[in-house]
Amino acid sequence: MIRVADVNHQIDGNPILTNVSCDIPQGEVTALIGPNGAGKSTLLKLMGRIEPLQTGHVAINDLDVGTTPSGQLALEMAYLGQNLSVASRLRVRELIGFGRWPHCKGHPGPVDHAAVHDALVMFDLVPFADRFLDELSGGQAQRAHLAMTFAQTTPWMLLDEPLNNLDMAHSRALMKRLSDLRDAGRSVVIVLHDLNHAAAWADHLIAMKNGRIAASGTAEEVLTPQTLAALYETDVQVLRYAGRPLVLHHI
Amino acid sequence: MTRAKRLALSIGVIVLLAVASTFIGAAQMDLSDPRGMMVLTVSRIPRTLAALLTGAALAVAGVVMQQIVRNRFVEPGTAGTAESAALGLLVITLVMPTAPIWAKMVAASVAALAGTWVFVHMIRRLPPREVLLVPLAGIVLSGVIGAAVTWIGWQADMMQYIATWLMSGEFSGVISGRYELLWIAAIAAAIAFFAADRFAILGLGPEAATALGLSPRAVMRLGLTVVAVVTAMVVVSVGMIPFVGLVVPNIAARVVGDNLRRSLPLVAMGGAGLVLACDIIGRLVIAPYEIPAGTILGVVGALVFLWLLWKPARPARRKTLPEQVDV
Amino acid sequence: MSETVLQHPNLRLRQAATWLRHPVLWLSIALFLFCMIWLFQGLSGNYEFILKLRMKKLAALLTVGSAVAVSTILFQTVSANRILTPSIMGFDALYVMMQTLLVAALGTTGFAMIGAAPKFIVETGAMTVMALLLFGTLLRKGARDITRMILTGVILGTLFRAGSGLIGRVLDPNAFATVQSVSFANFSRAHTDVLGIGATITVLGCVIAMWLAPRFDVLGLGRDRAIALGLPHGRIVVAALGLVAVLVSVSTALVGPVAFFGLIVAGLAHAIAQRRPGGAHHRILLPVAALVAMCVLVGGQTFFERVMGQQATLSVVVEFLGGLFFLFLLLKGKIR
Repeated sequence: MIRVADVNHQIDGNPILTNVSCDIPQGEVTALIGPNGAGKSTLLKLMGRIEPLQTGHVAINDLDVGTTPSGQLALEMAYLGQNLSVASRLRVRELIGFGRWPHCKGHPGPVDHAAVHDALVMFDLVPFADRFLDELSGGQAQRAHLAMTFAQTTPWMLLDEPLNNLDMAHSRALMKRLSDLRDAGRSVVIVLHDLNHAAAWADHLIAMKNGRIAASGTAEEVLTPQTLAALYETDVQVLRYAGRPLVLHHI
Repeated sequence: MTRAKRLALSIGVIVLLAVASTFIGAAQMDLSDPRGMMVLTVSRIPRTLAALLTGAALAVAGVVMQQIVRNRFVEPGTAGTAESAALGLLVITLVMPTAPIWAKMVAASVAALAGTWVFVHMIRRLPPREVLLVPLAGIVLSGVIGAAVTWIGWQADMMQYIATWLMSGEFSGVISGRYELLWIAAIAAAIAFFAADRFAILGLGPEAATALGLSPRAVMRLGLTVVAVVTAMVVVSVGMIPFVGLVVPNIAARVVGDNLRRSLPLVAMGGAGLVLACDIIGRLVIAPYEIPAGTILGVVGALVFLWLLWKPARPARRKTLPEQVDV
Repeated sequence: MSETVLQHPNLRLRQAATWLRHPVLWLSIALFLFCMIWLFQGLSGNYEFILKLRMKKLAALLTVGSAVAVSTILFQTVSANRILTPSIMGFDALYVMMQTLLVAALGTTGFAMIGAAPKFIVETGAMTVMALLLFGTLLRKGARDITRMILTGVILGTLFRAGSGLIGRVLDPNAFATVQSVSFANFSRAHTDVLGIGATITVLGCVIAMWLAPRFDVLGLGRDRAIALGLPHGRIVVAALGLVAVLVSVSTALVGPVAFFGLIVAGLAHAIAQRRPGGAHHRILLPVAALVAMCVLVGGQTFFERVMGQQATLSVVVEFLGGLFFLFLLLKGKIR
């Protein structure tokens, strides 16, 4: 479980998060949704100790994120942010290899090579394994970064809008893969913009607005016309399709 | 403050500085003594005039330059102009050691024009959104031309000249008969006064200028000539004084805005006052020795530049951006 | 890859061939040849004396080459930027100013009198502290706007140079020559009084850099990725910047400021190392860069001094080409 307690955060004096407390259940796919500037990415960064906590506490599997050594946390959770520009000119295989760094500290063994290979296969990247990242399309590079995050093989994965740049097929494949991993006992926290991906795949939703948690619960509980209208300040309809909510926001 | 009051105040400050400047220096000056009179007319007054002319002309050249390339962080010293002028001067001194002063002057001006032209054309190929790449490219271009100058100077055993042209502009060598070229710089800057509106319109972008019936190329050529002549004259007579053309226009723009017709008098007086003040400080700090005004301005100017870079963001910093996109 | 090698009958031959293609190997051979030419070309007359002199110069060139190369690569990794060098960002100017400042502040206590090595250590220490404070802050604040960060570094360099000129003038109104002499690098007249300590520090610095190399690889992924992978990001940045400051001090103390040399070296090193898998890793990149730099310096100096008879030319040529290379990168939009 990830436990967030009384977190407040400011950047340059502007409040980004206000009194955020929530529990994120283990063994589920949890989606963070909400309008632009709601504080989703900041909350994810604080959970992933990418930004230092200003006030409050975050604990992952009872390890306090503020005090646990960073190397130990890297075995508990993997984080993928939105800024994926890498200054080093790396091949895909080399990038994914860095996902093994918390395990091997730069001295990869057979287990590490196997994990990299699995990640290459899983993300359809075998044909590109020895290409440089800057020779790939946006979606292929995105998959390479995702593969690196998977290769870290951690109980928790924190993903900030990983569907950026991905086409329809790869978006769905990624969400399917995440739910497979969930079935295998791992936990995922994912920032999503497309509500229907959240509706279709997430077990648990946390809706944020203006730095506060506006609603949380299952898809059925959160994805209601009333909640969404208040969240995005626009009218939306919610239908049901294949037993899941379907949000109509484009018409 | 009203415009008239501001002008009166600036004139007052400059007169005060000028008076102070004529009484400060290593040599004792007693006006009842004919030799004292000579110090005044041969050394002090020319020196004061030289500092005022240099400052005013460089500041105006800075404004013109900024309008031409539509970027606030550019001046003749960061666009390869000064180094090009030195290169021209060096080459003519090597090729024709006995060339008369006007020939050297022309060579320096032509070279400065060529160097600035290269800069203006180079920056057109930079990614348009990166406003700060322009001064960076200019500084590096200056460095490249400077390296060439240094190499030639080294081979020809002329490092001393180069040091005085490029490294630290100073006024201690100014005496009557050795600064008059600066009047040409002043005349060039005065031309900018008359063409102020044209430069302001060019600053809106070539499309806007054409739409208003101006020929952007003609205005740009005029501006480049003004910048080159001013810089060449300053380099030839006193050596390069850095940052004047950058600091003064930026501060003037903060005070009175970018309408050149209104701001140019203030810019010219600001530049004149700044350079003269630095020269006076240079004479006082380690009297009877002197610190070059260029060295002091290097420190002061760099500090102000850093402040301009990091001051709390205002729309002014990105002001030229939208028009730059489709050049 | 291992399978394809196994299938091939001439296993050993192939292994030897791939090994020979390793850039570290052929660069080492090239460097060895350059050193031999430098030492023994046209040797006549007083062998012992000339050899000793040449060895001293050679040691200075090798020290400067590896110091510039390693510091540039590390700085590019920390700043996540391929067009920067510590010199472009004003590191060497800072060292020169710290030198002048220390003489100004401690001159009366006989600081100028103590031996070259202790003086150098004090200067380097002061420089490292200042560099960490200044550039640590700048890299943190400037991460969002890289052009502004670079321009700030360039202007800081101008400020430091003007500052040392100003302090130098105030200290000794006649000492224009000293200020001028440190404005340009001169590879043929190295200050060999700090050679011993400088070479020791450089070797130590290179060893530490190689030891930390896997961590620098992770650092090169950017701050967020590095933290997510559990790297103690802040400490590694401090270590890298500290190494950069110390190595820049060595090269500046020995030959003076070399603004664009590191840029050329890093560009060549990346191009060479990239042709191998794993070439982006610092374990390969750092030695390749150091070897490239030493080859350029020893080979270039041999050429200009012995063939062209011009001792001072190399640094100016390097600056000229380096500046053009920088402009080329800018115009190509390779700011990141």
